[in-house]
Amino acid sequence: MAGTSRQLDTRLETVLDQLASVGTLDDLQTHILGLRDLFEVEHLVYHSVNAAGGQYAALSYDLDWVNRYIEQGYERVDPVVQGCFRRFHPIDWKSLDWSAKASRAFLHEALDHGVGNQGLSMPVRGPTGHFAVFTVNQSTDDEDWAGYRAEFLESLILTSHFLNNKALEIELGGNITDHKSLSPREVDALSFLALGCSRAEIADRLTISEHTLRVYIESARHKLGAANTTHAVARAISQGLIVV
Amino acid sequence: MIHYIFADMLNDYPKLRDSMFSDRATQFKDRLKWEVHVDQHGHERDQYDGEAPLYLIAGTPDGRHAGSMRFLPTTGRNMVHEHFLGLTDGVRIESPFIWECTRFCLSPDAPRDTAAKLMLGAAEMGLASGLSHAVGVFDARMIPVYRRLGWSPAILGTKGAGRDAVSVGLWAFTTDVLPLLRSKSGIQEEESQTWMLNAFGPRLVA
Repeated sequence: MAGTSRQLDTRLETVLDQLASVGTLDDLQTHILGLRDLFEVEHLVYHSVNAAGGQYAALSYDLDWVNRYIEQGYERVDPVVQGCFRRFHPIDWKSLDWSAKASRAFLHEALDHGVGNQGLSMPVRGPTGHFAVFTVNQSTDDEDWAGYRAEFLESLILTSHFLNNKALEIELGGNITDHKSLSPREVDALSFLALGCSRAEIADRLTISEHTLRVYIESARHKLGAANTTHAVARAISQGLIVV
Repeated sequence: MIHYIFADMLNDYPKLRDSMFSDRATQFKDRLKWEVHVDQHGHERDQYDGEAPLYLIAGTPDGRHAGSMRFLPTTGRNMVHEHFLGLTDGVRIESPFIWECTRFCLSPDAPRDTAAKLMLGAAEMGLASGLSHAVGVFDARMIPVYRRLGWSPAILGTKGAGRDAVSVGLWAFTTDVLPLLRSKSGIQEEESQTWMLNAFGPRLVA
C-alpha cells in the first residue's frame, strides 16, 4: 500500500517532481538515467507496446547492446519480454525460463554488455490493450537481491505506473490523470481527510468499513497519480476536485 | 494441488482447462441460473477469459478441476468496472495493489477442503505479489463459507435475492488468515510455498 514509510514517500515524491517537468520522450530517457541513483541500481528500463503495436523504450543499457538487441530481434528470444507480456505481477528474472539454448546464449551476450545478473520486472496493464514493463537490473548475489526486493518492491510498482502515465500522456497529449474522474464517494473520502478527520471517523460518516475506506482512498490515489494519501489530497485540492 | 496458471499457459493443461470451464457451466448456468454463455462444448467462458487473466485452480489427484478462481488487475479491463459499479458505490476500484477475483467455482464432486485450498492459495499469492486487497464478485450464498474459513470479505454491495444474489466484497491480504486456512485445507507451508515458487519464482516480499 502507498504510504508505508517516510523514506519511501520521499523517494516517490522525488520521482513525481522530476517527472512533472518531462514533456518529451527524449526527456523521459534522461529522466530514466536519473532514477538509477534513486533506486540504487545499475540499470532501469521502461518499455511499452500500445494497442496498435507501436513500441517505445527509455533505458540505461549500453547503446551497443541496444542496437545489437534491435538488429538481432532479440525480443523474440528474451525471456523477460516473453515472460512479462500478458502478465500483471512483479516478476523476478530468476522465475523465468532461461533453459532454452537461445535464451542462454542471449543471457551470456547480455552479461558481456554489462547487463546485471539480477532483474525485477513490473508489467503494467492499461485499460485499452496498452502494455508496458518497467525493469530494474543489478549485478549482485541472491541474498542481497532478496533484501533489495523487499525494500523497493512497492515503490517500484508505483513508479512503473507513474512512468507509464507520463509515457501515455506524451503519446496521447494532455494530462491523462485529469481524465480519470473520481466518484462522489472518493471525493467525499478525500474531503474528510483534507478536513483532518481520522479514518475511523470518515468510515463512520460514510457508513462504510475502514477496509472499504482504505480501498476508496487507494483508488483515488491511483487515479490522481499521487505518491501517497497526503499527496492525493493535495492534488485533489489543486485540481479543484475538492474544496476545503 | 494448487495451480497458478496464466491464460496463455492454460492450453498446457487441457484436462484441467476443459473440466474447469465445464464445471463453471454447471455452477453458474445450471445451479445458479446466471445469464452466462455456454458454448457447444458445454464450457462457460466470457469475454474476460480473453483478457489474459490468472487462474488459481485446485486440482484433483487425477488432474481434473476441483475448484477455481479467476484474477485480473484492476488497472486493466475487468468485470467489476464494467458490470458491478452499482455495487461498489459507483467507485471504479483501480490500483496496482488490488486485483479482481471472479468466477469462484467448485466442482459438484469437489473434496470438502477445496474452498479452503483456494482461499489459502489466494492469500499466499496476494501476499507474495505485494497486494493489499482483492475485490471479488461472488454468489452471496458463499458468505457463510468464507466466515467458517476465517477470511470474510467486507461486503460492498449485493443485488438480487436467493439464488440470484450476487455480492461484491473486499478481501484484505494479511498473514493473520494463514494458520486457519492451513489447518482447514490440510496443506503444509512447505507444500504451498513450492507451488508458489513454481508459479511466481522466489518470494518478492520477505
